[in-house]
Amino acid sequence: MTLTRRDVENIAHLARLEITEAEMPAYVGSLSAILAFVEQLSGAATEDVVPMAHPLEGQVQRLRVDAVTESDHRDAYQANAAAVEAGLYLVPKVIE
Amino acid sequence: MSLHHATAAEIGRGLHSRKYSSVEVTSHFLDRIEKSNPLLNAFVTVTRERALDDARRADARLAKGEGGPLTGVPLVHKDIFCTAGILTSCGSRMLSNFVSPYDATVVERLDAAGMVLLGKTNMDEFAMGSSNETSYFGPVKNPWDTSRVPGGSSGGSAAAVAARLAPVATGTDTGGSIRQPGALTGLTGFKPTYGRVSRYGMIAFASSLDQAGVLAQSAEDAALVLGAIAGHDPRDSTSVDAPVPDYAAGLARPVRGLRIGIIREFFGEGLEAGTGAAVRAAIDSFRAEGAKVVELSLPNLPLSVPTYYVVAPAECSSNLSRYDGVRFGHRSRDPRDLIDLYKSTRGEGFGAEVKRRIMTGTYVLSAGYYDAYYLKAQKVRSLINADFRRAFEQVDVLMGPTTPTPAFAIGAKTDDPITMYLNDIYTIGANLAGLPAVSVPCGLVDGLPVGLQVIGPHFSEERLLAVAHAWQRATDWHRRLPAAYA
Repeated sequence: MTLTRRDVENIAHLARLEITEAEMPAYVGSLSAILAFVEQLSGAATEDVVPMAHPLEGQVQRLRVDAVTESDHRDAYQANAAAVEAGLYLVPKVIE
Repeated sequence: MSLHHATAAEIGRGLHSRKYSSVEVTSHFLDRIEKSNPLLNAFVTVTRERALDDARRADARLAKGEGGPLTGVPLVHKDIFCTAGILTSCGSRMLSNFVSPYDATVVERLDAAGMVLLGKTNMDEFAMGSSNETSYFGPVKNPWDTSRVPGGSSGGSAAAVAARLAPVATGTDTGGSIRQPGALTGLTGFKPTYGRVSRYGMIAFASSLDQAGVLAQSAEDAALVLGAIAGHDPRDSTSVDAPVPDYAAGLARPVRGLRIGIIREFFGEGLEAGTGAAVRAAIDSFRAEGAKVVELSLPNLPLSVPTYYVVAPAECSSNLSRYDGVRFGHRSRDPRDLIDLYKSTRGEGFGAEVKRRIMTGTYVLSAGYYDAYYLKAQKVRSLINADFRRAFEQVDVLMGPTTPTPAFAIGAKTDDPITMYLNDIYTIGANLAGLPAVSVPCGLVDGLPVGLQVIGPHFSEERLLAVAHAWQRATDWHRRLPAAYA
């Protein structure tokens, strides 16, 4: 599988990653090489094989009681944010 | 014998018998860190004040005759574990300003056991790497030869314990990130069964594979720390609700009559001759001690690496979508709009290998490619899992090398991601199948440590530790330390 520059630009956009001009050729090359490498999986006979959903068989996803267990940590959590105001996270204007 | 020649268990016993205080022990290790870390770069953060506070608290407990085997014993945490009030960087620029508001469960439990936190260790960025060269904070050097890598991604934890800057360390293992650096630095690297240890507060990479574990000087140390961190946690619904055995008490379990399977696929092309010879010699010693050794084929195991490089990037692309520059972590300056905020923040905040894996994952999950890559890989994963299950119908444990070669030179593999990925060729299988596995030192090749890997069925931690312990009672490889740090 060989990716084009356009493919990589599209993937980067989907992944919300800015890739600079200088970085681009290396990603086109290495991503193509990785896809060629994983291509060997296509040779494995997997008809009727159930895809693995969990490393441990018979595990049941637990449910917990629908009760409040946390107290308010908003101020502590927002101390890590770049921009907050009145308890809200600030982002660039979305609606003109 | 100097303090740093003692294992964590031995230090614990010394503290209880009042041979020394935790403040003395802690100061000894803080001095060693100050002296050696500038070269090794094993730490992102040294928590000197916190360590001395912890030590004083531990001494007060010990003076009252309280505390357990780990009370007052220093340790270091891989910087992937959230520590309240302390930088938790995950080796990334993205989190280079992130001071966690809470403790990971692993951190909380070892704190409750009375352990003393010396600091947070360097690591491959978001645990994505096998050499500790992808860290935003620069590469870690291997104490056995500082021109070489310590392995990764828990490279800082491995280097810190190998140089005896700390008696023991935590790590995480998604594709070999405890066992591989353990092998390359002469340590006991223990990865428990998937779900055995809570992942609450452990920064996520690939959630169907990630598991916390220990980098230690001995099986006994690994047993003590594992015993403290294992068990169900209501805050991690993937942690398994099964009783935790007394791992330390189980160490003495006899291993006579052990049925060992040698994985044929682990001794093929690519295995460096000296490494292969050391591992074979170790297995021969088990045979001489009465173990029954058979050679087994796990035919799908060679597909582990390509399977992993579909599954792990897919899961990482999803997990790392949370880094958006809004709620925490790095944020770019003066974005044009919201999309540009995301893109420039992530473009600047992530390093090259993390971006490569996010893009690989985004591609294999994208419309039209899901069946060909992700679904196919999960099917091959079932085949690999079935290979292991069949093997464990015949044997108690599987053995082979942990890595194909001893530690390689810094920079030797950074230009070719696939060559780097193939370092984990022997370790990834256990992650894909969720199995516990341990690497124990079994020799030196040209002065560099070699690891013997022992893999067991789900929840066979006790047996793996007993096997490792029996090996360490018969050999002294785990007691060797690099001359410069003796």
